[in-house]
Amino acid sequence: MLRLPSFTYLQPKVLQEALAMKADAGPDGMYVAGGTDLYPNMKRRHQEPRTVISLMGIPELAGCEMRDARCVVGSCMTLTDLSASPPVRRSAPAVAHAAELVSTPLLRNMGTLGGNLCLDTRCNYYNQSYEWRKAIDFCMKKDGHICWVAPSSPRCWAVSSSDVAPVMVALGADYVLVGPGGERVVPAARFYHNDGINYLTKQPDEVLAAVRLPAPDGWDAVYHKLRRRGSFDFPVLGVAAWVKWEQGAGSRERGRVVEARIVLGGVASWPQEVPEAGAALVGTDLSDEGVAAAADAAYRPAKPMDNTDFDLSWRKQMTRVYVARALAELGQRRRAAT
Amino acid sequence: MASGKKPTGFRVVGKPHRKVDATAKVTGVTRFADDLFLPRMLFAKLLRSPHPHARIVSIDTSKAAALPGVKAVLVGKDLPIPFGILPVSQDEHTLALDKVRFVGDPVAAVAATTEEAATQALDLITVEYEVLRAFPDALDAVEHPEPAIHDYADAGNIHKLIDLEFGDVEAGLAQADVVREDLFFFEGSTHLPMEQHAAVADWSADGKLTLWSATQTPHYVHRALAKVLELPAARIRVIACPNGGGFGGKSDPFSHEIAVAKLAMVTGRPVKVTLTREEVFYCHRGRHPTLMWVKTGLKKDGAITGMHFKSLLDGGGYGSYGVASTYYTGALQTVTYHVPQYRFQGARAFTNKPPCGPKRGHGTPQPRFALEVHLDKIAEQLGMDPAELRLKHLVPPNSLTANWLRVGTMGLGPCIEKVVRGSGWTQRFKQLPYGKGIGLACSSYITGAGLAIYWNAMPHSGVQLKCDRGGGVTVFCGSTEIGQGSDSILAMIVAEVLGLQPLDVAVVTGDTDLTPVDLGSYSSRVTLMTGNAAIQAAERARDVIALHAGKKLETPIDRVTFAEGRVFDVQDPERGLTFAEAVQLAEAAEGTIGTVGSYTPAPSAGKYRGAGVGPSPAYSYSACVAEVDVDPATGIVRVPKIWIAHDVGRVINAATVMGQIEGSVYMGLGEALMEEMAYRGNRNVVHKIPSLLEYKSPTTLEMCDVVTYVVEDPDPNGPFGAKECGQGPLLPVPPAVANAVYDAVGVRIDEVPITPEKVFKALRRKEKGEAGRFGPTAFPDIAWPEPIRVPPPWEGGDGRAVPGGARPGLAPGVRRR
Repeated sequence: MLRLPSFTYLQPKVLQEALAMKADAGPDGMYVAGGTDLYPNMKRRHQEPRTVISLMGIPELAGCEMRDARCVVGSCMTLTDLSASPPVRRSAPAVAHAAELVSTPLLRNMGTLGGNLCLDTRCNYYNQSYEWRKAIDFCMKKDGHICWVAPSSPRCWAVSSSDVAPVMVALGADYVLVGPGGERVVPAARFYHNDGINYLTKQPDEVLAAVRLPAPDGWDAVYHKLRRRGSFDFPVLGVAAWVKWEQGAGSRERGRVVEARIVLGGVASWPQEVPEAGAALVGTDLSDEGVAAAADAAYRPAKPMDNTDFDLSWRKQMTRVYVARALAELGQRRRAAT
Repeated sequence: MASGKKPTGFRVVGKPHRKVDATAKVTGVTRFADDLFLPRMLFAKLLRSPHPHARIVSIDTSKAAALPGVKAVLVGKDLPIPFGILPVSQDEHTLALDKVRFVGDPVAAVAATTEEAATQALDLITVEYEVLRAFPDALDAVEHPEPAIHDYADAGNIHKLIDLEFGDVEAGLAQADVVREDLFFFEGSTHLPMEQHAAVADWSADGKLTLWSATQTPHYVHRALAKVLELPAARIRVIACPNGGGFGGKSDPFSHEIAVAKLAMVTGRPVKVTLTREEVFYCHRGRHPTLMWVKTGLKKDGAITGMHFKSLLDGGGYGSYGVASTYYTGALQTVTYHVPQYRFQGARAFTNKPPCGPKRGHGTPQPRFALEVHLDKIAEQLGMDPAELRLKHLVPPNSLTANWLRVGTMGLGPCIEKVVRGSGWTQRFKQLPYGKGIGLACSSYITGAGLAIYWNAMPHSGVQLKCDRGGGVTVFCGSTEIGQGSDSILAMIVAEVLGLQPLDVAVVTGDTDLTPVDLGSYSSRVTLMTGNAAIQAAERARDVIALHAGKKLETPIDRVTFAEGRVFDVQDPERGLTFAEAVQLAEAAEGTIGTVGSYTPAPSAGKYRGAGVGPSPAYSYSACVAEVDVDPATGIVRVPKIWIAHDVGRVINAATVMGQIEGSVYMGLGEALMEEMAYRGNRNVVHKIPSLLEYKSPTTLEMCDVVTYVVEDPDPNGPFGAKECGQGPLLPVPPAVANAVYDAVGVRIDEVPITPEKVFKALRRKEKGEAGRFGPTAFPDIAWPEPIRVPPPWEGGDGRAVPGGARPGLAPGVRRR
């Protein structure tokens, strides 16, 4: 069988203790939450930490609470709890829905919000055993020098495969990071890099502690996911759509979009925002023409590569269909509410 | 001897029974091969080739051997004798001797005190390779004879060439009102059993080898071990552990089994190997990717006047069952609808991928897909209902086909009627809204291969039966429980004959020291063959017991009846004994009560070269209607419901018959919609997705609703009339889905899997005014041998080839340039 390598497992009780343990372990140390991403990766020798520091027993990272009308979710909340959490479902049902679409119930019972937001980028040249990767002389993401997806490329094209991250970027959520230097808050969009290797701006010794969801303010969001099997696959395309509707009683422009963001998962090394698609929606009521223009705008920059399930040209074609369907749902919801 | 009488009606047979091993399985008590731990046991790992095609220049194992914990390292020259499941394809070595033929081909084996140390040692073995040109698919192998993957083949890299002609097909086609040609492709897929292969070997101090293994064919593993290890068979014991799923993937002798045996002999310690999921993909032996061309002539009423069928199989790196698989792609076209003139040309290419072999349906799902979609197109062309076309031209029961297959009972007609009625076919076909469709397809499968893997005149299945004076009965049989319920079938059949409950019967199976030979769990042979052997053994025991019970009861022997654990006078049921008392009387009179039974299929009617593949004691029949929802914007196909009817001859265990039919539908659905052994031809021919996550197979959530109809038409060759049900119902599912997609959106997907990309492309082509089709466009030119010409039965002859047919002096396995 495929075995885990040997490692030291530490269980800090408070966040400061975790940071101290990481400082002691140095580059050979890694944090783990649910382990549904890290442990399979360790079996394939993608990450080879000598010390693994569990974040699951740290009270500061658990649960969620309302603060100044914003829902603040601890990073170690499991995806099962996240999808069922009443404050999350009230504040941002799209987050709960995206969490519910991750993998299987068993994996969601272990996997956490923080783990999904920090999910290692994926590629079917990379997510293979050591022996398999040896047969292609490895790739630049681990042990090698080339990106087999685009051999002339200087960068790695592994794919951002999180379901929750595109929703957080679309919502404009804030991530709270705690490191040796204290706490800092970054907007979700600035947490990610479009690079398969350095896909996070988080420093290795920082802990993603919590996520602050935006307060309700006339916005709405949905998440649509494309994958082979609804039962457990990673997304080959995720569409997070966020719109802010015109506010104020008596306004003749009521029912118009004042701001919108379309963020795609599974098509780049980060959650890929398509500003042109959002811009195409401003001033529309998500009627068919506005939706078609936005879907077309989202289709153009989407650049799926041959490193996930399905044919890449079909995946690109599907961007248009899935963006249109996500926006249609938002439009229908608005019309039903007014 | 006049036998005791069975009461009218069955008491056990035909009812749903819990499998005898079910409780152990669901409570986690069953011990699979990987659950075995022996004192001082070592763990083995195999070093596998990183190259698809290369010559081994040198191997240095010295560093690995010096690693603490490592007890032995083996390389190819330690086990130089080749093996292979078929006598004509002895082309495998335990560890590559001089060449590797696919990424994953085993090169060296290490035994160490821990699995970690064995794994670490693999990285310390240095192998120098001379890389050779690799062949990623069959077309490439057909085009390029050099460098040859093997030094034996019918031509270059074409492993096997077959050309069989039954009657004058050209004359048949000339009589037709309509002649249609089509091309199809069926993608390769793997078995994906939940249990990964595992084996444990023990070499005793007195020089006896025991191998426990997850194998479907302990008898063939026994033979391979004796050959490669040069040990007398009497010194080898092979125990088939309960298989956590097989589906044909555990039917060959494997490198890891022989390697642990040799490692145990070298170290004097037990050695275990458990393959990773990735390694199971390298063992493979799954569905051959098959390109097919078919040309059929028909009269206006749908009567076939002649059929010409060609197949090209992508065999992978070794022979495995491939010669048989190739014949199977041409054998069973004739057993469903009457084909008066028939020609089959088949070729199997060697390629640098894991070897293909027998997967559920073995070589027949591919041609069945082609034939059933082909017929759907023909029905449309003739303006006939596809169900009517089939019903009008069924092969009659008790008849011989053009290729000399002897059809016994034939329940396809009732099967078609069941699914047509159940699905509301006549109200729905061609009448559903755009995006929704239904499709029909049928099939047939063998109930056991008529011939063994190796030529011999002995029985295919043997049973020993022992009656205990406490009233229990033990049945010993070499058959192998792979989850299909074969142990339960033995218990039920013996219980039926002796008037017991199945749980009163102990079952000992799959152990070459303890059980008489049964050839194994493949070709849907077990219920029919072990069942007939068990009936014979049980009836012999019944005769002995009835004799002495009759004396004691002062009852004529023909009135002695066995039921409900008693032996009694059928005309005066109060006059009787318990079964245990009756056994004691017999044992007192005759000594230990033990009997044997065996089964040998009747000789096949065909006597030509190649006639060995296709004959069977009985053929099962299935009909299927699939309902699909196609999203025209994406091409995504969903199958909400399937209606399937299966002619099983006679139900023995009603619960497992339903389970096997539904399981077959499930596996067929995966092949229809998503399963694909995908390789990267431009990246060293690595398997693209060797994992349970990325090799896409349906889960229970993707499974459709299934409406199952069991048709019973008892076959005289089957035990109580039973035929197979474990493979046949898979066959009609992929073509039924393809036909339903056409009904839904008007495009023909002439290959499986029917993925959204293919449907999407076909729909776009149709929008542009091109043919709304996705599928292969050409069949390559192959230098076929002179056909073997065999007159069909209605043209006289005796099932032999006529002179002037076969190329003289060309034996299988002889290389031709």
